[in-house]
Amino acid sequence: MQHRDADIVIVGGGGAGLRAAIAAAEHAREEGIEQRILMLSKVYPMRSHTVAAEGGAAAVTSEEDTLEAHFEDTVAGSDWLAEQGVVDYFIRHAHRELVQLERWGCPWSRKPDGSIQVRRFGGMKTARTWFAADKTGFHILHTLFQTSLKYPEIERLDEYFVLDVATVEGKVAGVIALQVATGELILLRAKSVILATGGAGRLFQFNTNAGIVTGDGMAMAYRQGAALRDMEFVQYHPTGLPGTGILITEACRGEGGLLLNKDGYRYLQDYGLGPETPLGEPKNKYMELGPRDKLSQAFWQEQKAGRTGKFADNDVVYLDLRHLGKEYLHERLPFICELAQAYINVDPVTEPIPIRPAVHYTMGGIETDAQCETSLKGLYAAGECASVGLHGANRLGSNSLSELLVFGRLAGEQASHRAAATAYADIESLQQQVQDQERQVARLRDADGLESWVGLKREMVQAMEDGCGIYRDEQGMQAALNRIRDLKSRYHNIKLSDRSRIYNTELLQCIELGFGLDIAEATCLAALNRRESRGAHQRLDAGLEQRDDINFLQHSQVFFNADAPAELRWQDVDTRFSAPAVRAYGDAGKGARK
Amino acid sequence: MTTKRLSIQRYLPEQSKTPFWQDFDVPFDDSTSILEALNHIKEDMDGSLSYRWSCRMAICGSCGVMVNGEPKLGCKSFLREYPGTIKIEPLAHFPVQKDLIIDMEIFLEHLAAVQPYLINDSEDSTQTHKQTPAQLAKYLKFSDCINCGLCYSACPQFGLNPEFLGPAALTLAHRYNLDSRDQGKAQRMAQLNREEGVWTCTFVGYCSEVCPKSVDPAAAVNQGKVESAKDLLINLFKR
Repeated sequence: MQHRDADIVIVGGGGAGLRAAIAAAEHAREEGIEQRILMLSKVYPMRSHTVAAEGGAAAVTSEEDTLEAHFEDTVAGSDWLAEQGVVDYFIRHAHRELVQLERWGCPWSRKPDGSIQVRRFGGMKTARTWFAADKTGFHILHTLFQTSLKYPEIERLDEYFVLDVATVEGKVAGVIALQVATGELILLRAKSVILATGGAGRLFQFNTNAGIVTGDGMAMAYRQGAALRDMEFVQYHPTGLPGTGILITEACRGEGGLLLNKDGYRYLQDYGLGPETPLGEPKNKYMELGPRDKLSQAFWQEQKAGRTGKFADNDVVYLDLRHLGKEYLHERLPFICELAQAYINVDPVTEPIPIRPAVHYTMGGIETDAQCETSLKGLYAAGECASVGLHGANRLGSNSLSELLVFGRLAGEQASHRAAATAYADIESLQQQVQDQERQVARLRDADGLESWVGLKREMVQAMEDGCGIYRDEQGMQAALNRIRDLKSRYHNIKLSDRSRIYNTELLQCIELGFGLDIAEATCLAALNRRESRGAHQRLDAGLEQRDDINFLQHSQVFFNADAPAELRWQDVDTRFSAPAVRAYGDAGKGARK
Repeated sequence: MTTKRLSIQRYLPEQSKTPFWQDFDVPFDDSTSILEALNHIKEDMDGSLSYRWSCRMAICGSCGVMVNGEPKLGCKSFLREYPGTIKIEPLAHFPVQKDLIIDMEIFLEHLAAVQPYLINDSEDSTQTHKQTPAQLAKYLKFSDCINCGLCYSACPQFGLNPEFLGPAALTLAHRYNLDSRDQGKAQRMAQLNREEGVWTCTFVGYCSEVCPKSVDPAAAVNQGKVESAKDLLINLFKR
């Protein structure tokens, strides 16, 4: 097998991976050391799913805003399951990262005087979300990608699909990857490795995510012994387009958009988010500016009550932007106008947009410490694939773009620092793992069993949607877990039709499915065992409809066990600054806020 | 459900060096995109069909193909728009690697060649620059390029000479040259002035017609020509 060495290997070329690469390069320069940084991505970096983020990135910016307020919003938003030391670090470093992006050329939207414009976002006490129209992720990703071209020490291996993290005795030693264009395997030996592989939204049938968001890095770290933490918390974004699930940004509501049921009624006032705010006067933490978990739950209740409308086969509610006017919509939300027109033939200037919730974000991920390091020495994780502990049970919109910058940067610096004091692992010690991967890929490419991978994938996404939706119950989650375990055993009997080596995308999809099934099991197991309701994990079971801080102010951790069932443990939450309190929005939340 | 015929140019280099055509009858409704049709074929008819895709919402730039001879994003073109059999081929003017997958390397080299990043000597990284909405508007449209490569397939000059930097790279250079925060124009002009820079463009304008994000590369390239002419003239006097 081919073999190459690099001080630092970064897996994933989205926002977190690119930010990490630049930070590692800068760190090495500052330290006066020469380090080679290899960034692998299964797609070209500008295809990464960061590109689809729309609304913005949060940081305390205006005179009247405070770090304390951003901290409180994030912790309350997390339903007190965030790591508070991590949140504290995050809110203190978010602003400088957004400034740094500005210095690199990001076209942030501006006020008339040329300073940065901010907008409202859900669950945030005040306007603190920086934006580039409604293509913020696109502009962040392209700014980072283009800036990365300045650094000759960053070498990209585009369209390299990483199969496994190489480890020796609990320490990272590199990665094993498949070059998509040739089908050849390559061992990339490294002194430190950063996983920046994104979330796992594609475990679910109806989602806002790109096809590549299949949880690869999560599964690799998990299989090597790292814990997957808080996987039961899956964010449903309240506003996806019916049919496709294409994202309609929360910024629509930040700019003043209304949510209406089929009777034209602003139903959110019935779900603890009222009283109704006047048209054209959106108010932070009220009504449409409530947090995502609450809004998606309100949709579910309206649907049960028969108050949703229909768009083709979908139950929908309506996002009304008409009062904002054409000029404003085309300035602030041009992409939304383009998407609604192209995909459901609706012009938001003249018609409300039919929408429904869709799986959007994986709050959980690979457990890391506050410095982004996993339990495997030298293996770091950042961005959506990681659980550094920022989001707890529910992420606030616009915290994740800031997260991938703050923690991408930190992971890059840490990885560089570590690489400087580490030697490469002995090649011989990696041979076994390399041969295992060669064998597995060869076996899969020739797989001629009875199970169609398409069939298994469809069953998986259906099982997750059925069992781990907006509201959950014991029976449904148990059924989902059983089904996922059944699918895992049937995966051994899979059939492929493409035996080629060059661009065998069927093979890659099968490997992704294998990754997905492992993560799905962890998700179901954690969900089933969290016998309370918190944030995005809401149970219908009698007696479990409330938060239970006595028994479940705990992170779930799931550990991989090869072909045996995965193992669940619990871990204390860092609540050093803010004791758990009632989580309330609208007028009900007034008392809780200073 | 009614079906529509997709006639797809296949190329399987491990089996034969010659491309061939294969027809698939795909069920569709008013909302079915070309990309969804390809996914249907891959999942239910022929798992070996290979193509790139990801976001399926016209922002990642992966899924460009020729549809009835025109460069299109598969995810933003719909079966309902085409009355007869739909012919799908890989993007024109690029080497084909397999089926609908083209070799993008030359495109990426051209992007990198124009130094597409802010060049600014100021060391202060703790403060944002001021940039008024009017200054932002000068380049914003040119920053919307998703690197899908459709404009290269539309460009006859790139078809003749792949060394031509091409519409997207020249637009990106222009985007930074127009940015009020940038000081790197002089460095970038060297690339724009050379034979494979702006002057290869013959102003056919098809690049702007096919751009799925209305970036208008033709305008950027031709504004670039004015800048290049000025730059060459100034250099002439300097000598």
